[in-house]
Amino acid sequence: MSKLRPPVGANDHAQGPPEARITLVEYGDYECPYCGEAYPIVKRVRKELGKNLRFVFRNFPLSESHPHAVRAAHAAEAAALQGRFWEMHDTLYDNQQRLDEVQLRRYAEQRGLDVKRFALDLDSEAVAARVKSDFLSGVRSGVNGTPSFFVGGARYDASWDHDALLSYLQGLL
Amino acid sequence: MALTPGTPAPAFTLHATPDQRLSLRDFRGKPLVIAFYPADWSPVCGDQMALYNEVLPEFRRLGAEIVGISVDGVWCHLAFSKDRNLHFPLLADFEPKGAVARAFGAYRQEEGLSERALFVLDGEGTIRWSYVSPIGVNPGADGILEALEGLQGKKR
Repeated sequence: MSKLRPPVGANDHAQGPPEARITLVEYGDYECPYCGEAYPIVKRVRKELGKNLRFVFRNFPLSESHPHAVRAAHAAEAAALQGRFWEMHDTLYDNQQRLDEVQLRRYAEQRGLDVKRFALDLDSEAVAARVKSDFLSGVRSGVNGTPSFFVGGARYDASWDHDALLSYLQGLL
Repeated sequence: MALTPGTPAPAFTLHATPDQRLSLRDFRGKPLVIAFYPADWSPVCGDQMALYNEVLPEFRRLGAEIVGISVDGVWCHLAFSKDRNLHFPLLADFEPKGAVARAFGAYRQEEGLSERALFVLDGEGTIRWSYVSPIGVNPGADGILEALEGLQGKKR
Protein backbone atom coordinates (compact mmCIF):
# COMPACT_ATOMS: atom_id res chain seq x y z
CA MET A 1 0.00 0.00 0.00
CA SER A 2 2.64 2.55 0.94
CA LYS A 3 4.42 3.65 -2.24
CA LEU A 4 7.14 6.19 -2.70
CA ARG A 5 5.65 9.43 -4.02
CA PRO A 6 7.08 11.07 -6.01
CA PRO A 7 9.48 8.42 -7.37
CA VAL A 8 13.18 9.15 -7.23
CA GLY A 9 14.02 11.96 -9.65
CA ALA A 10 16.66 14.44 -10.71
CA ASN A 11 16.04 16.65 -7.67
CA ASP A 12 16.95 13.94 -5.22
CA HIS A 13 20.28 13.60 -3.47
CA ALA A 14 21.67 10.27 -4.63
CA GLN A 15 24.85 8.28 -4.15
CA GLY A 16 25.66 5.47 -6.53
CA PRO A 17 24.98 5.03 -10.22
CA PRO A 18 21.53 5.99 -11.59
CA GLU A 19 21.45 2.68 -13.47
CA ALA A 20 21.99 0.67 -10.25
CA ARG A 21 19.72 -2.34 -9.97
CA ILE A 22 18.47 -1.33 -6.53
CA THR A 23 17.45 2.08 -5.26
CA LEU A 24 17.27 2.46 -1.50
CA VAL A 25 15.56 5.60 -0.24
CA GLU A 26 15.80 6.80 3.33
CA TYR A 27 13.58 9.39 4.95
CA GLY A 28 15.65 10.59 7.87
CA ASP A 29 16.13 13.15 10.58
CA TYR A 30 19.62 14.36 11.53
CA GLU A 31 18.84 14.48 15.22
CA CYS A 32 17.06 11.12 15.48
CA PRO A 33 19.18 8.54 17.31
CA TYR A 34 17.75 5.66 15.27
CA CYS A 35 18.77 7.44 12.06
CA GLY A 36 22.17 7.84 13.66
CA GLU A 37 22.28 4.09 14.12
CA ALA A 38 21.20 3.49 10.55
CA TYR A 39 23.83 5.84 9.13
CA PRO A 40 26.91 3.57 9.40
CA ILE A 41 24.78 0.57 8.39
CA VAL A 42 23.75 2.23 5.15
CA LYS A 43 27.36 3.20 4.49
CA ARG A 44 28.48 -0.37 4.98
CA VAL A 45 25.73 -1.79 2.79
CA ARG A 46 26.58 0.72 0.06
CA LYS A 47 30.16 -0.48 0.09
CA GLU A 48 29.10 -4.11 0.01
CA LEU A 49 26.68 -3.70 -2.88
CA GLY A 50 28.87 -1.31 -4.85
CA LYS A 51 27.48 -0.30 -8.19
CA ASN A 52 24.34 -2.36 -7.66
CA LEU A 53 22.99 0.16 -5.17
CA ARG A 54 21.88 3.73 -5.44
CA PHE A 55 21.12 5.47 -2.14
CA VAL A 56 18.79 8.45 -1.89
CA PHE A 57 18.23 10.57 1.20
CA ARG A 58 15.13 12.69 1.80
CA ASN A 59 14.50 14.95 4.79
CA PHE A 60 11.98 13.98 7.40
CA PRO A 61 12.73 16.17 10.42
CA LEU A 62 10.49 15.54 13.42
CA SER A 63 10.42 19.10 14.66
CA GLU A 64 8.38 18.43 17.80
CA SER A 65 10.66 15.64 19.01
CA HIS A 66 13.98 17.06 17.89
CA PRO A 67 14.53 20.79 18.30
CA HIS A 68 17.55 20.98 15.93
CA ALA A 69 16.31 18.63 13.23
CA VAL A 70 14.73 21.16 10.91
CA ARG A 71 17.72 23.52 10.98
CA ALA A 72 20.10 20.63 10.43
CA ALA A 73 18.08 19.60 7.38
CA HIS A 74 18.26 23.19 6.15
CA ALA A 75 22.03 23.07 6.60
CA ALA A 76 22.33 19.97 4.44
CA GLU A 77 20.17 21.55 1.76
CA ALA A 78 22.12 24.80 1.93
CA ALA A 79 25.32 22.79 1.44
CA ALA A 80 23.66 21.00 -1.47
CA LEU A 81 23.34 24.35 -3.25
CA GLN A 82 27.15 24.37 -3.28
CA GLY A 83 27.29 20.77 -4.44
CA ARG A 84 28.27 19.50 -0.97
CA PHE A 85 25.14 17.75 0.29
CA TRP A 86 26.77 14.44 1.18
CA GLU A 87 29.69 16.01 3.00
CA MET A 88 27.30 17.96 5.19
CA HIS A 89 25.06 14.91 5.57
CA ASP A 90 27.98 12.89 6.92
CA THR A 91 29.16 15.71 9.14
CA LEU A 92 25.72 16.09 10.68
CA TYR A 93 25.43 12.39 11.45
CA ASP A 94 28.96 12.32 12.82
CA ASN A 95 27.98 15.17 15.17
CA GLN A 96 24.38 14.36 16.09
CA GLN A 97 24.73 15.86 19.57
CA ARG A 98 26.17 19.10 18.24
CA LEU A 99 23.67 20.67 15.90
CA ASP A 100 23.11 24.18 17.18
CA GLU A 101 23.23 27.26 14.96
CA VAL A 102 26.85 28.13 15.67
CA GLN A 103 27.95 24.57 15.04
CA LEU A 104 26.07 24.31 11.73
CA ARG A 105 27.92 27.38 10.48
CA ARG A 106 31.20 26.04 11.77
CA TYR A 107 30.73 22.80 9.81
CA ALA A 108 30.18 24.81 6.64
CA GLU A 109 33.38 26.72 7.30
CA GLN A 110 35.37 23.58 8.13
CA ARG A 111 34.22 21.98 4.89
CA GLY A 112 35.43 24.96 2.93
CA LEU A 113 32.01 26.16 1.83
CA ASP A 114 31.31 29.74 0.88
CA VAL A 115 30.18 30.72 4.37
CA LYS A 116 28.35 33.90 3.44
CA ARG A 117 26.32 32.14 0.84
CA PHE A 118 25.70 29.23 3.17
CA ALA A 119 24.33 31.56 5.86
CA LEU A 120 21.96 33.18 3.37
CA ASP A 121 20.77 29.85 1.99
CA LEU A 122 20.33 28.45 5.48
CA ASP A 123 17.64 31.08 6.10
CA SER A 124 16.20 31.10 2.60
CA GLU A 125 12.63 30.22 1.76
CA ALA A 126 13.78 27.97 -1.04
CA VAL A 127 15.71 25.73 1.33
CA ALA A 128 12.86 25.66 3.85
CA ALA A 129 10.43 24.80 1.05
CA ARG A 130 12.66 21.98 -0.13
CA VAL A 131 12.75 20.39 3.33
CA LYS A 132 9.01 20.83 3.77
CA SER A 133 8.36 19.27 0.39
CA ASP A 134 10.54 16.28 1.28
CA PHE A 135 8.62 15.93 4.54
CA LEU A 136 5.22 16.05 2.84
CA SER A 137 6.32 13.58 0.19
CA GLY A 138 7.31 11.29 3.06
CA VAL A 139 3.91 11.62 4.67
CA ARG A 140 2.28 10.82 1.31
CA SER A 141 4.55 7.86 0.85
CA GLY A 142 3.58 6.36 4.19
CA VAL A 143 6.66 7.25 6.22
CA ASN A 144 5.82 6.07 9.70
CA GLY A 145 8.82 7.09 11.74
CA THR A 146 12.47 7.73 11.26
CA PRO A 147 14.31 6.24 9.62
CA SER A 148 11.87 4.91 7.01
CA PHE A 149 13.28 3.02 4.08
CA PHE A 150 11.87 2.36 0.63
CA VAL A 151 13.24 -0.24 -1.72
CA GLY A 152 12.11 -0.26 -5.33
CA GLY A 153 9.50 2.32 -4.38
CA ALA A 154 7.80 0.22 -1.68
CA ARG A 155 8.08 0.84 2.05
CA TYR A 156 10.50 -1.58 3.67
CA ASP A 157 8.97 -2.62 7.00
CA ALA A 158 11.44 -5.32 8.02
CA SER A 159 14.46 -4.85 10.25
CA TRP A 160 17.20 -2.54 9.00
CA ASP A 161 19.96 -4.00 11.10
CA HIS A 162 22.97 -4.65 8.93
CA ASP A 163 22.55 -8.36 8.26
CA ALA A 164 18.82 -8.17 7.62
CA LEU A 165 19.06 -5.21 5.27
CA LEU A 166 22.02 -6.60 3.38
CA SER A 167 20.52 -10.03 2.88
CA TYR A 168 17.21 -8.54 1.78
CA LEU A 169 18.91 -6.33 -0.79
CA GLN A 170 21.19 -9.13 -1.98
CA GLY A 171 18.11 -11.25 -2.50
CA LEU A 172 16.94 -8.74 -5.08
CA LEU A 173 20.04 -9.07 -7.23
CA MET B 1 -14.05 -6.80 13.08
CA ALA B 2 -13.53 -3.08 12.94
CA LEU B 3 -16.53 -0.98 11.95
CA THR B 4 -16.60 -0.29 8.24
CA PRO B 5 -17.40 2.77 6.09
CA GLY B 6 -21.02 3.79 6.07
CA THR B 7 -21.52 2.90 9.75
CA PRO B 8 -22.43 5.71 12.17
CA ALA B 9 -19.65 5.96 14.75
CA PRO B 10 -20.66 4.86 18.26
CA ALA B 11 -21.08 7.81 20.62
CA PHE B 12 -18.49 8.18 23.37
CA THR B 13 -17.39 10.52 26.13
CA LEU B 14 -13.88 10.11 27.48
CA HIS B 15 -11.48 12.05 29.65
CA ALA B 16 -8.91 14.10 27.75
CA THR B 17 -7.43 15.58 30.94
CA PRO B 18 -8.25 14.93 34.60
CA ASP B 19 -10.95 17.59 34.48
CA GLN B 20 -11.96 17.72 30.84
CA ARG B 21 -14.05 15.24 28.91
CA LEU B 22 -14.56 15.11 25.16
CA SER B 23 -17.47 13.57 23.32
CA LEU B 24 -17.91 12.49 19.76
CA ARG B 25 -20.60 15.15 19.35
CA ASP B 26 -18.07 17.88 20.21
CA PHE B 27 -16.56 17.27 16.78
CA ARG B 28 -19.79 17.51 14.81
CA GLY B 29 -19.54 19.57 11.65
CA LYS B 30 -15.96 18.71 10.78
CA PRO B 31 -14.16 15.52 9.82
CA LEU B 32 -12.58 13.67 12.71
CA VAL B 33 -9.70 11.24 12.65
CA ILE B 34 -9.77 8.66 15.45
CA ALA B 35 -6.50 6.85 15.94
CA PHE B 36 -6.68 3.91 18.33
CA TYR B 37 -3.23 2.77 19.38
CA PRO B 38 -2.02 0.11 21.80
CA ALA B 39 -0.17 2.14 24.41
CA ASP B 40 1.65 5.32 25.35
CA TRP B 41 5.45 5.19 25.54
CA SER B 42 6.20 2.88 22.65
CA PRO B 43 9.98 2.83 22.52
CA VAL B 44 10.63 4.47 19.18
CA CYS B 45 10.97 8.07 18.20
CA GLY B 46 8.72 9.17 15.43
CA ASP B 47 6.09 6.82 16.81
CA GLN B 48 2.55 7.01 15.56
CA MET B 49 1.34 9.87 17.76
CA ALA B 50 4.54 11.86 17.24
CA LEU B 51 4.06 11.46 13.50
CA TYR B 52 0.46 12.70 13.61
CA ASN B 53 1.68 15.59 15.70
CA GLU B 54 4.01 16.58 12.88
CA VAL B 55 1.32 16.11 10.24
CA LEU B 56 -1.25 18.09 12.25
CA PRO B 57 -1.00 21.18 10.01
CA GLU B 58 -1.99 19.00 7.04
CA PHE B 59 -4.96 17.50 8.89
CA ARG B 60 -6.09 20.99 9.89
CA ARG B 61 -5.58 22.28 6.35
CA LEU B 62 -8.11 19.66 5.32
CA GLY B 63 -10.49 20.92 8.01
CA ALA B 64 -10.11 17.89 10.25
CA GLU B 65 -9.40 17.28 13.92
CA ILE B 66 -7.65 14.23 15.34
CA VAL B 67 -7.81 12.35 18.64
CA GLY B 68 -5.71 9.45 19.83
CA ILE B 69 -7.35 6.79 21.99
CA SER B 70 -5.71 4.08 24.08
CA VAL B 71 -6.55 2.26 27.30
CA ASP B 72 -3.95 4.25 29.23
CA GLY B 73 -5.24 6.38 32.10
CA VAL B 74 -5.51 10.11 31.97
CA TRP B 75 -2.35 10.80 34.03
CA CYS B 76 -0.34 8.54 31.80
CA HIS B 77 -1.68 10.34 28.73
CA LEU B 78 -0.83 13.68 30.31
CA ALA B 79 2.77 12.70 30.94
CA PHE B 80 3.15 11.14 27.50
CA SER B 81 1.57 14.08 25.75
CA LYS B 82 3.82 16.51 27.59
CA ASP B 83 6.93 14.47 26.85
CA ARG B 84 6.15 14.27 23.13
CA ASN B 85 4.88 17.83 22.90
CA LEU B 86 1.58 16.67 21.40
CA HIS B 87 -0.86 19.31 20.21
CA PHE B 88 -3.97 17.16 19.94
CA PRO B 89 -6.00 15.29 22.59
CA LEU B 90 -5.35 11.78 23.79
CA LEU B 91 -8.45 10.17 25.23
CA ALA B 92 -8.40 7.62 28.03
CA ASP B 93 -10.45 4.53 27.21
CA PHE B 94 -9.75 3.46 30.75
CA GLU B 95 -13.00 2.80 32.59
CA PRO B 96 -14.69 0.57 31.67
CA LYS B 97 -11.46 -0.51 30.10
CA GLY B 98 -11.45 -0.50 26.32
CA ALA B 99 -15.21 0.08 26.03
CA VAL B 100 -14.88 2.54 23.16
CA ALA B 101 -12.34 0.39 21.33
CA ARG B 102 -14.74 -2.55 21.70
CA ALA B 103 -17.62 -0.49 20.29
CA PHE B 104 -15.48 0.31 17.24
CA GLY B 105 -14.45 -3.34 16.90
CA ALA B 106 -10.85 -2.41 17.62
CA TYR B 107 -10.04 -4.21 20.88
CA ARG B 108 -7.61 -7.07 21.41
CA GLN B 109 -9.06 -9.11 24.21
CA GLU B 110 -5.97 -11.30 24.77
CA GLU B 111 -3.62 -8.37 25.31
CA GLY B 112 -6.15 -5.97 26.77
CA LEU B 113 -5.11 -3.28 24.29
CA SER B 114 -6.74 -1.50 21.42
CA GLU B 115 -5.71 -2.30 17.89
CA ARG B 116 -3.76 0.14 15.76
CA ALA B 117 -6.98 1.13 14.08
CA LEU B 118 -7.75 4.31 12.17
CA PHE B 119 -11.17 5.77 11.49
CA VAL B 120 -12.03 8.84 9.46
CA LEU B 121 -15.46 10.26 10.24
CA ASP B 122 -17.32 12.88 8.26
CA GLY B 123 -18.96 15.92 9.86
CA GLU B 124 -22.10 13.90 10.59
CA GLY B 125 -20.17 11.30 12.55
CA THR B 126 -20.40 8.56 9.92
CA ILE B 127 -17.35 6.41 9.36
CA ARG B 128 -15.99 7.06 5.87
CA TRP B 129 -12.73 5.15 6.02
CA SER B 130 -11.17 2.66 8.37
CA TYR B 131 -7.97 0.70 8.51
CA VAL B 132 -6.53 -1.78 10.99
CA SER B 133 -2.76 -2.03 10.86
CA PRO B 134 -0.75 -5.01 12.03
CA ILE B 135 -0.15 -4.19 15.70
CA GLY B 136 3.61 -3.79 15.26
CA VAL B 137 3.37 -1.56 12.22
CA ASN B 138 2.77 2.16 12.46
CA PRO B 139 0.33 2.80 9.60
CA GLY B 140 1.64 6.27 8.78
CA ALA B 141 -0.60 9.11 7.67
CA ASP B 142 -0.97 8.61 3.93
CA GLY B 143 -4.26 6.69 4.14
CA ILE B 144 -5.78 9.28 6.46
CA LEU B 145 -4.86 12.17 4.17
CA GLU B 146 -6.31 10.41 1.16
CA ALA B 147 -9.53 9.71 3.03
CA LEU B 148 -9.81 13.36 4.15
CA GLU B 149 -9.22 14.54 0.61
CA GLY B 150 -11.91 12.14 -0.56
CA LEU B 151 -14.33 13.78 1.88
CA GLN B 152 -13.45 17.23 0.58
CA GLY B 153 -13.98 16.07 -2.98
CA LYS B 154 -17.48 14.86 -2.14
CA LYS B 155 -18.39 18.14 -0.51
CA ARG B 156 -17.56 20.16 -3.60
